[in-house]
Amino acid sequence: MIDYKKVINQNVLNIPTSGIRKYFDLAAGMDEVISLGVGEPDFLTPWHIRQAGIKAIEEGATRYTDNLGLVELRQAIADYLKRRFDLTYQAKTEIMVTIGGSEAIDLALRILISADDEILIPEPCYVCYNPITSVSNGVVVPIETSKTDNFKLTPELLKQKITTKTKLLIISYPNNPTGAIMEKEDLEAIAPILIENNIFVISDEIYAELNYTDRVHFSIANIPGMAERTIVVGGFSKTYSMTGWRLGYACGPSALINELIKIHQYAIMSAPTMSQYAGIEALNAGDEDIARVKEEYNMRRRFITDGFNRLGLMCFEPKGAFYVFPCIRSTNMTSDEFCERLLSSQHVAVVPGNAFGASGEGYIRVSYCYSIKHIKEALRRLEQFIKTQSL
Amino acid sequence: MEKLLKLLNENARYTNEELAVMLETDAETIARKIEELETKGVICGYKPLYNWELASPEKVSALIELKVVPQAYAGFDDIAEKIMKYPEVESVYLMSGSYDLAVQVVGRTFQEVAMFVAKTLATMEPIQSTATHFVLRRYKDMGVELINEKKDDRGNISL
Repeated sequence: MIDYKKVINQNVLNIPTSGIRKYFDLAAGMDEVISLGVGEPDFLTPWHIRQAGIKAIEEGATRYTDNLGLVELRQAIADYLKRRFDLTYQAKTEIMVTIGGSEAIDLALRILISADDEILIPEPCYVCYNPITSVSNGVVVPIETSKTDNFKLTPELLKQKITTKTKLLIISYPNNPTGAIMEKEDLEAIAPILIENNIFVISDEIYAELNYTDRVHFSIANIPGMAERTIVVGGFSKTYSMTGWRLGYACGPSALINELIKIHQYAIMSAPTMSQYAGIEALNAGDEDIARVKEEYNMRRRFITDGFNRLGLMCFEPKGAFYVFPCIRSTNMTSDEFCERLLSSQHVAVVPGNAFGASGEGYIRVSYCYSIKHIKEALRRLEQFIKTQSL
Repeated sequence: MEKLLKLLNENARYTNEELAVMLETDAETIARKIEELETKGVICGYKPLYNWELASPEKVSALIELKVVPQAYAGFDDIAEKIMKYPEVESVYLMSGSYDLAVQVVGRTFQEVAMFVAKTLATMEPIQSTATHFVLRRYKDMGVELINEKKDDRGNISL
């Protein structure tokens, strides 16, 4: 008998299995589950973008592309970033096309982390940063953000965690799971600290287009002195409902992109060619699609926030992404208890906040990638749940 | 206004409170706007959207193409107004193209609809000819898909 535990890399063994695995299993065995648990658009990819993919396949776009990605696509990304967010990146040297934003995050962490580097990760946050950091022998230093600060990273919180070993900060705003955003002023408040301490930044901006304020998304790379120490991660999944196409990108100083490409060319070769052609269409002709889904998400956002507040599960106003993050402490249950009981008694699936870091305890993540009809039914069941729990 | 109409078109039974939340206003404003739309005649009524195949008793409907001799002074209006008075008639449209009026007729049976066309419509003087097309299946009606409601294939939870 082989003892596989002795064979497998210790860092990998140490990655805890996802805390929400049990809900997956529980929910999978149930009929009539109403889920508000999926972090993926319910919309399909707009038809003209799908057509561009089909056309690419018809015309024989079935080979590898340049390791960095099609030059037309990189140019389209550069034009798009300039047009929408006033970000300046050179298509030929500062942009690399990846398999979703996920690969860009993975590579960015791997090229920057050396053993024992400390990586600052504001929580609650998306679940991939910690395990990838650990696998690279980095040390995860969580920064607990709170509702008091609207789940933003404040200069005070940041300073408390900086040591001589601090290498990197990962920020992700608009944020999954809280829906928090960081405005220009918020980022300007932390930038000098980062520069002073020579800290690099991975800015995961996958939800950049889903910002429901009157201002457009602002990237930390727009602050003078920050672009040279920042890798911006973007993607097509959330913006154009293109999750299954697996397409994203990393932008940064060419000296960093040159290192990213080293791993990418050996591990991946190039992002799917047909997806890249669809991506060109999305960037060049998809601004209206963005406006349409954003309007729809925004309506749902107001509807669901209002719904939770009425139930007494107070939400801070989420200004971005497609999640609300209601506080469930008034029920005297932990996040896990709440989710488990809600699922077993009312067949409604949501994700416990602590799945996104310890500071998510006392909250649940609720996605509004669902029709109003669906959301209404879920809220009705939630009301029922709250009533029976308080008896 | 446009967004309000779009939402009502999606579901006319949204409450004013629900509409207000979605459109970031208050219920009184919504009530006032809807009343305004009703007064102006932009909103002429509210009806459920039936799937007749599942309703009981089942109903059949047909689209009737009518070729009409236009009348002096009145054109097609007189005949259209006459036709629309019949309760069997759901809708009447003046059309461009190879025929003039499109009439949607609903009845309990194919026979009933056919007889209405033969006895009532075809015998009207300005009507030159009729062509009856029975609806065999409704896949989509008023923007709503009536068959194969697609299941959410995303699973229940993802991060």
